[in-house]
Amino acid sequence: MKPFDEMIESGGQVRPPYGQLKCWLDTQNPERLAQKALDAENVFRKTGITFAVYGDEEAAERLIPFDIIPRIITGNEWRRLSQGIEQRVMALNAFLDDIYHRQEIIRAGRIPRELFTHNDAYLPEMVGFRPPGNVYTHIIGVDIVRTEENQFYVLEDNARTPSGVSYMLENRETMMQLFPELFQQIKVRPVETYPKLLRQSLAAVAPPGCKGTPTIAVLTPGIYNSAYFEHAFLADQMGVELVEGSDLKIENGKVVMRTTEGNRAIDVLYRRVDDSFLDPLTFRRDSALGVAGIMDVYRSGNITIANAPGTGIADDKALYSYMPEIVEFYTGRKAILENVPTHRCSEPDTLKYVLENLADLVVKEVHGSGGYGMLVGPAASKKECEAFALKLRANPKNYIAQPTLALSTTPIMTEKGLAPRHVDLRPFVLVSDRIRITPGGLTRVALKEGSLVVNSSQGGGTKDTWVLDD
Amino acid sequence: MLLGRTANGLYWMFRYIERAENMARLIDAGLRMALTKTSDAPEEWSSVLMSAGVKIGYDNKYNEYNASLVSDFLLRDLDNPSSVMSCIETARSNARMVRTALTREAWESVNETWMILKSTLAQAIPETDLPRVLDQIKRETAIIRGAFHGTMLRNEIFNFARIGTFIERADNTARILDVKYYVLLPSISYVGTTLDNFQWESILRSVSAHRSYRWVYDVEYNPVNIADYLILNSRMPRSLNFCYSNIVDNLKYLANDYGKRHECHDMSESIMTRLEDNDIRTIFDNGLHEFLSDLIYQTNSLSSKIAEAYNFD
Repeated sequence: MKPFDEMIESGGQVRPPYGQLKCWLDTQNPERLAQKALDAENVFRKTGITFAVYGDEEAAERLIPFDIIPRIITGNEWRRLSQGIEQRVMALNAFLDDIYHRQEIIRAGRIPRELFTHNDAYLPEMVGFRPPGNVYTHIIGVDIVRTEENQFYVLEDNARTPSGVSYMLENRETMMQLFPELFQQIKVRPVETYPKLLRQSLAAVAPPGCKGTPTIAVLTPGIYNSAYFEHAFLADQMGVELVEGSDLKIENGKVVMRTTEGNRAIDVLYRRVDDSFLDPLTFRRDSALGVAGIMDVYRSGNITIANAPGTGIADDKALYSYMPEIVEFYTGRKAILENVPTHRCSEPDTLKYVLENLADLVVKEVHGSGGYGMLVGPAASKKECEAFALKLRANPKNYIAQPTLALSTTPIMTEKGLAPRHVDLRPFVLVSDRIRITPGGLTRVALKEGSLVVNSSQGGGTKDTWVLDD
Repeated sequence: MLLGRTANGLYWMFRYIERAENMARLIDAGLRMALTKTSDAPEEWSSVLMSAGVKIGYDNKYNEYNASLVSDFLLRDLDNPSSVMSCIETARSNARMVRTALTREAWESVNETWMILKSTLAQAIPETDLPRVLDQIKRETAIIRGAFHGTMLRNEIFNFARIGTFIERADNTARILDVKYYVLLPSISYVGTTLDNFQWESILRSVSAHRSYRWVYDVEYNPVNIADYLILNSRMPRSLNFCYSNIVDNLKYLANDYGKRHECHDMSESIMTRLEDNDIRTIFDNGLHEFLSDLIYQTNSLSSKIAEAYNFD
């Protein structure tokens, strides 16, 4: 069956949200468009908007391919999505608060205790501790896919340190430079307020003892991290310091950074360093990326860490399949956004089903990310399926399986003109005194014909995402 | 207020950009010397390496001196931390680290220089191509300087960058002079031989001053004037006097901004006094070599004092 295309209906007609764009595209000289695509690439290269691919010595820094055809979402579609997202992030924070305190949801028998007992993402250090403003996950990227006109699924909640927001912003910036006339014709809701909102959002959860304007900093693992560009970009746009672990230490019960005028206390730390590297005294002892003793400062209420340590348990893939129950338990309503039906391989009957239907399923590691270590059944050879089956049998509880979704397509620019490719969407959500959702998000697109893998580490690209102001 | 690490990154970013350019100039002067058949080419290349401060590294790797080996070592060799390619890599890493302190134009100029030189220097440069490549390096670093001067706010960020530039430049000029100081010493007959004339021109050429010299002094090269030009002239942009006056000024801005003076302020001002109050005859009388090697030493310790004062040691 042909997947749902967001521009062209099955009858060949142009869907209304793409009407104006399609008219404009039809009047464009293909050579000019091709030139614009090259211009865009040059902008990205010059600006150094790159990411690193681990284990790829040759291309230490690569560009994420950018496609110049925008992906369009109507105001109505977005309203429904954002309601669903809002419901979901409220539930995630309530869930985190609960499992680090009374664990009502386990007592109520809605999710099994075993999910936490041997899970590294669940941090005993957080038990009984309540972060400022009672917010655990401040910055969330919810991955959403579409399969039909009105069918959206949440693929994954990134509640730890979601990345990609800088691409959302740079994509828009680039599009406005390349095609100013389009933005005059089509009313698109702005995304460029994100850094300001991020700053406001972080300031609003400063520790209660913080007087005056809180000092905010972004903690990066350093220039060799794959998302370094984004860390620098956000610090720059927010007008805050970009710090590394080596800049920080503990002084008089506060986290301070070493500056040209002595040490300065930090009130809110937006960290882009994983939990396990955050504090060598508490977590991985060999970590040089964190700050020794920061967990003590945190627990005594003298710094806000965003996102809070231990939020990873909320986007753990083993928990994902329980998200409908979680949303309902904490919000009292059915989830507005659906989950992808998910098979837990830890259950023997399910494992049997998964093994028998490998060729039709997508199998993921419970703790994996970035598209590594997964099997896309329909795209895999018989041999690959067999090899994967062995891994699956050896450690079934490490895997979940989902049906292969017919992800929607949108057109991209190819050498032979427009061609449909599969996409997903990662909207970015900020949670503090209130919930702020930037209209749109990052659209990732699989550039290879027929491919369903949109991850940049696996050859995916990105697009500007337009939410219509209609 | 800046992070100590940011001040450090700015300081070294600009030291390395300056160094890359100086390397190109040194090779240029070396090539010119080698063309004058009167000179002893291997010896000239050896003194180029000495001026570049990388002779030990070179001797560990090669046991002869010629244009292609030396220029390759100074241009492309990543084992040589001061080669143009190493300098540009280091400058760019530092620029990435301090990216939030740079304007988009300043960052992009460094990034583009890195992309261009990485591809230019990817393979060995044939001797016939050297002049073109050296020009390209000088042009690229000039673009970085232009973008920086044209767009950066004159604040502490600017000051740390400038201090880095001039510490490196002072060190470089002093080194060039010190390696060749003996050709500047007065000889019995005051008229230089042809060889002397080439040597003198080479010194001027390695600081891009062979033309401007004639605007200030006599058309004839004269060793005392050359030394005066490179040490004491306050308008020659690579003289020690000029470098130090910039270091002193930029340190003063920091002291005013932060409301605090440090040991490095006194130290830089006292070196400046020596460059203002001395005349070149006195320096020759007291020993040119002694003066220069002391200045190299002082510049080094000033560099550490600055790092100490601003928390990036």
